[in-house]
Amino acid sequence: MDALLSSLVSIAFHGVAYGMVLYVISVGLSVTMGLMGFVNLAHGVFAMAGGYILTSSLGRFALPFPVAVGLAFLLVAIGSMALERGLYRHFYGAGELEQVLFTIGLIFMAVAIAQLVFGTLQQPVALPPWLKGQFPLLGRDFPAYRVFLIVVSGAMIAALWFGVERTLWGAMVRAAVDNRAMAQSIGINTRQLFALTFALGSGLAGLGGALGAEIIAVQPTYPFEHLIYFLTVVSVGGLGSLRGPFVAALFIGVSDTACKYWLPQFGAFFIYAATIAILLWRPTGLFGTRV
Amino acid sequence: MKVARILTVVVALFSVVLFTGHSVSAQTVKVGFISTYSGAGAPQGDQLDKGFKLFMKLNGDKLPPGVKVETIVRDDTGPNPETAKRIAQELIVRDKVQFITGVLWTPNAAAIAPLTAEAKIPFISANAAGVAIPYASPYFARVSFTLWQACYPLGQWSAKKFKRVYTAVSDFAPGHEAEEAFTKAFKEGGGEIVGAVRIPLANPDFVPYMQRVKDAKPDAVFSFIPAGKQATAIMKAYGDLGLDKAGIKFIGPGDLTTDDELQGMGDVALGVITAHHYSAAGDRPANKAFVAAYKKEYGEKLFPGFFVVGAYDAMELVFHVIRELKGKIDPDRAMEVIKQYKNPSSPRGPIAIDPETRDIVQNEYLREVRRVGGVLANVEIETLATALKDPWKQLHPKK
Repeated sequence: MDALLSSLVSIAFHGVAYGMVLYVISVGLSVTMGLMGFVNLAHGVFAMAGGYILTSSLGRFALPFPVAVGLAFLLVAIGSMALERGLYRHFYGAGELEQVLFTIGLIFMAVAIAQLVFGTLQQPVALPPWLKGQFPLLGRDFPAYRVFLIVVSGAMIAALWFGVERTLWGAMVRAAVDNRAMAQSIGINTRQLFALTFALGSGLAGLGGALGAEIIAVQPTYPFEHLIYFLTVVSVGGLGSLRGPFVAALFIGVSDTACKYWLPQFGAFFIYAATIAILLWRPTGLFGTRV
Repeated sequence: MKVARILTVVVALFSVVLFTGHSVSAQTVKVGFISTYSGAGAPQGDQLDKGFKLFMKLNGDKLPPGVKVETIVRDDTGPNPETAKRIAQELIVRDKVQFITGVLWTPNAAAIAPLTAEAKIPFISANAAGVAIPYASPYFARVSFTLWQACYPLGQWSAKKFKRVYTAVSDFAPGHEAEEAFTKAFKEGGGEIVGAVRIPLANPDFVPYMQRVKDAKPDAVFSFIPAGKQATAIMKAYGDLGLDKAGIKFIGPGDLTTDDELQGMGDVALGVITAHHYSAAGDRPANKAFVAAYKKEYGEKLFPGFFVVGAYDAMELVFHVIRELKGKIDPDRAMEVIKQYKNPSSPRGPIAIDPETRDIVQNEYLREVRRVGGVLANVEIETLATALKDPWKQLHPKK
């Protein structure tokens, strides 16, 4: 009984932590794809950029960890604004196929550039001592880094939810997404609004890449390798909602961990089988309003 | 008309004289070198290439008078047997090479081996370690290693140290070979395998597996995971969950902590115990000279891993055969020379080719990852086995 309880606590904790990693790296995509309706497959590029900014500022410039994380968010957000103005905005009205082809092309270019600049080996993450080792709680040890991830992601989802659901900016974004022409006609500057929203989504991706760098290795093929997880989280959660991807990430994290723990021989399949089952049951995702 | 005919005959005769004269004064041996220069396997392919180029730079002129070596380099693009077979065919038919060497991947070597049996081309694997490949061609020989060579003695050693071991390997052929070799030796020595898990190759989170290992309370966890981000991730999970503090040792073949990727792994790798035939930190004089030459050529911060040594020793063997045969390569005589090959001072220590199986005979060392002079190193702490033949072939002789 004690062993069962202990393993349940372990699974819940590791599952939530893994879910949070999935959520932080995917939340940016749920902003650009869910709110703006743009199929940005190059999302992982921004996450990877955040990861590289973190590892370089920790390793090469020896900056403190919180500063490095902040830099990852800021620099990626600013860089993405330039991309948005120069490239992305031309595709807002385009079909999904054009958006997919365009963003896949961006991935190829980003992979080649990352290989050229950083080489093919993964980047070491020089974590500060307070994030290493274990964190004792209620007589059990929990990995400190994962505790930190859960706390930070929890704060992030609260802030994001508040911003979109409870502020004027959130109301304007939702209005512009639902009916751009009408939003413009009542005086909302949708051009500026979308640029800012896009920067926020990409900045969050950079933040996710930075926070998750210790668990999801930063190396040039990052945007391709993890695309499947971003898309799974966003599609299972449902487009046009912020709480959907959160619930989806938690669900996938916990059930994947449980399956790997109890039935390791089936561990690899579970995440995909569950995705297919959920999408068959609800094609719009758990909380989605549109396909 | 008549003049023209006479002229033709004269020219023909003259050119025959010229041609034979040419072949007496300069004998050119063609060597095909196959590695991976593009795709996800390019970092390992680059290591193989560096070993090959280093050998050519340092020893490319150590030939009998009048003999020249021409190398032809090809890219197999990754674990891709169809491409490997096609480029090997081109090397044999069009370029008329007399040796094939290089080859990172087992499936590629397995696709090339039957061709070399048919065309009678000596084929020396500089890396591909699939244990049964030598049985596919009598013209195949290997200077690299097999996973049995590392994992079998590690299992024997572990049986004296530990009672209960959990195995966790990547779910692909090398992982299965490592698991089988270790398990057999460990059980023969009286050890108990308390659990075995095979982990999918594309797996972002190792924590659930490591938690499972921790809850089984073994004395050690044996693992084979390809070096790089996967191996780093499993070591991080091992450290994060405090398996080290729970008294569980992390052991495996040297593929886990290759010398070139070790620096990127960071402190999580400290204390990992591996068995392997080569470490850049080995203190043999031949190795010190080799590492110094490598650093001089490619940069102070780089370390040669076992891929580099494999390619270097493969070229050493090719050149040895060329010297023995004075540049006149007859495939069967070449194989006779290869079967008698002994090199007392490879960077990894003494090596030889087993005449029965044409596989490598070498020492296996037990190493621990330690910090030496500010960098991580696989420090050799004891010699597990000397002049070890591939244990799998001793158990499974060719009928």
